[in-house]
Amino acid sequence: MIDIKKESRGYIAHGVSACAGCGMELILRTVLNALGQDTTLVIPPGCSALFCGFGKETGLKVSTFQGNLENSAAYAAGIRAGYEVQGNNHSTVVAFAGDGGTLDIGLQSLSGMMERGDDVLYICYDNEAYMNTGIQGSSATPLGAWTTTTPTGKPVYKKDLLGIAMAHGIPYCASASVANIKDMTKKVEKAKSIQGPKLLHIHCPCPTGWGSAPSKSIEVSKKAVQTGAWVLYECEDGNIKLNNPPKELKAVQEYTKLQKRFSGINEEQLVALQMGITKNFERLMRMQAE
Amino acid sequence: MAHYKMLDGNCAAVEAIKMAKVKVVSAYPITPQSTIAEKLSEICENGELEAKYIRVESEHSAMSCAIGAQLTGVRTATATASVGLALMHEVVNVASGCRVPIVMPVVNRSLASPWSLWCDHQDSMAERDSGWLQLYCENVQDVYDTMIMAYRIAEDPRVLTPAMVCLDGFFLSHSMQKVMLPEQKEVDDFIGTYKVKNLHLDPSDPIVIDNLTGSNECTEMKYQQAIGFKNAEDVMEEVFNEFSQKFGRTKAMIEGYNLEEAEALIVCIGSMAGTAKYVSDILRDQGKKVGVLKIVSFRPFPYKKLREIIGNTKKLAVIDRTTGFGGQGAPLWLEVKSALKSDVLVKNYIAGLAGRDVNIETIKNVYTDILEGNDSDDPIWIDCGENVMNIREVLLND
Ligand SMILES: Cc1ncc(C[n+]2csc(CCOP(=O)(O)OP(=O)(O)O)c2C)c(N)n1
Ligand code: SF4
Ligand SMILES: [Mg+2]
Repeated sequence: MIDIKKESRGYIAHGVSACAGCGMELILRTVLNALGQDTTLVIPPGCSALFCGFGKETGLKVSTFQGNLENSAAYAAGIRAGYEVQGNNHSTVVAFAGDGGTLDIGLQSLSGMMERGDDVLYICYDNEAYMNTGIQGSSATPLGAWTTTTPTGKPVYKKDLLGIAMAHGIPYCASASVANIKDMTKKVEKAKSIQGPKLLHIHCPCPTGWGSAPSKSIEVSKKAVQTGAWVLYECEDGNIKLNNPPKELKAVQEYTKLQKRFSGINEEQLVALQMGITKNFERLMRMQAE
Repeated sequence: MAHYKMLDGNCAAVEAIKMAKVKVVSAYPITPQSTIAEKLSEICENGELEAKYIRVESEHSAMSCAIGAQLTGVRTATATASVGLALMHEVVNVASGCRVPIVMPVVNRSLASPWSLWCDHQDSMAERDSGWLQLYCENVQDVYDTMIMAYRIAEDPRVLTPAMVCLDGFFLSHSMQKVMLPEQKEVDDFIGTYKVKNLHLDPSDPIVIDNLTGSNECTEMKYQQAIGFKNAEDVMEEVFNEFSQKFGRTKAMIEGYNLEEAEALIVCIGSMAGTAKYVSDILRDQGKKVGVLKIVSFRPFPYKKLREIIGNTKKLAVIDRTTGFGGQGAPLWLEVKSALKSDVLVKNYIAGLAGRDVNIETIKNVYTDILEGNDSDDPIWIDCGENVMNIREVLLND
């Protein structure tokens, strides 16, 4: 059924329509390299829908359903059930959704999927806003960041997705980042090997929405990890483990100064942002120790 | 051997779902559908039905799970009512657009607001352009039969369109009637095992389903759906005929009663047809030439058959169990009116909202008005109380 015009490496065609320096493209290529052909994807509207292509053309070589914004987890649960009753327990069913499709409008169906224990791998690539509709704020937008609907900087903190996942007691969840592809690959492989609901929350640099240089996406992501703005950790069967945490957190400005979305941040917001980051990091370190 | 069982409408729907051997069920409870969700969960649990039950957290997810599962190549089931159907609306259109022939009982209930638990057709009528077939039932036997036939019709490759089987909340869903159930083998032979005929999810034969589609192709894809509806008329005819041969009960897209030389006919939908027939018998005994047309298939609407079946009757009283706010008439009236030449008087009556019984009195009033009243254009709220504007006053008449 596929008419492949030019064979590409991996499971995604060359030349998809993501912006230059897009983290999401790197994430999905990495994810599919780790998962392989025996995968079914559910992709909601959002930037990731660009992989599904347009009309008769697609950028994906794995079976895929483009769903709706709020129900990726439900579609995935249905597909899993369909495979299961036909004796297929080997294919990995993956939802690949943005932060808006996950933390806002899709949170209910995700919660349902996690609570029921459906054998689905849910991946949220977090570019911290609704990028596809023109950079509107989401509940994953960090405090102080500009978006078209937070014109003076977002007044409240980012929602804690992994906290929500852990509260559901799912067998495995982890954060990841393009700052560390090896770590991401390992986590995808581990998630694949575990039965039940799994969630990966992956930090996704977005030059277009963040106002960062396309050539600096990896650097921006690394700074996020070094400042603690993004913490790499995993939670397996309730045990939290930070992955290679920085010995000491760098000041958050080292991260924010690379992005125009923080250029209007005021002193008060900056202090609050730093405080939130430090507290979160210390909290996770404590949870690891317990 | 076929056998009789006492069932209410919801259990009749469950019986049909069970005998259709669905493989995945996802349902969310809502009055008056709840016992369908409960019963399905029970039979999945006790093994009476070999299927996986997904205890979803909403109707939106119920339909989404059903779509996802059926795309992998298995028959699925869900059911809903009222605001549950409204919540599903977004994905109801995905099922039809992706040509996933799900069969879904809709237990008709009013839409909020005001909150009402009881029957009218506002919920399914709001979905009349969502690309689903809509079949309405008159009694509990009809629920079972229509469900079984709906699988054949919806899944036919010429149709490939999902189907709502609509049953009046409480009037049918909770009323016990004697139902003839065929043997499993007879049902197996009649509807066959499910085969995915178009879009499918299969990692060993990957395709991408439902990506962004340009204006260069969307019209054509919608037209294909329109053809599916056209074909559904022939397919229904075939399926109804085969069903009546095999199971002995007849069915048609539109059913007439007391049509001989009828001066006036009531056109209606659902369980009120039984009362209308009964009243028309009484009036016939009194020498009044009146009858009933029951619309079974609202989507596709059998407008050609309607033209044929009314013969020389020149007065039609269309009863809508929904409001049709701001329109010239309510949905059923609009269909009937536009199907006929202007020499036929087609009047619209709104009745039976939010569980108000369309009783003998109401039906008699409709017949009296169509036979003796003027030919006013406006819909007549035939069972509306007096001093209307004083009830829970919204606009102050100062
Ligand atoms: C029900 C519904 N509401 C709104 C939209 C419009 N919409 C499409 S993509 C999108 C933003 C998605 O943001 P996110 O999930 O973060 O993905 P991103 O675009 O950032 O990759 C919105 C609001 C929609 N498709 N469906
Ligand atoms: S807007 Fe951001 S996430 Fe979307 S394609 Fe461009 S860089 Fe990637
Ligand atoms: Mg986003």
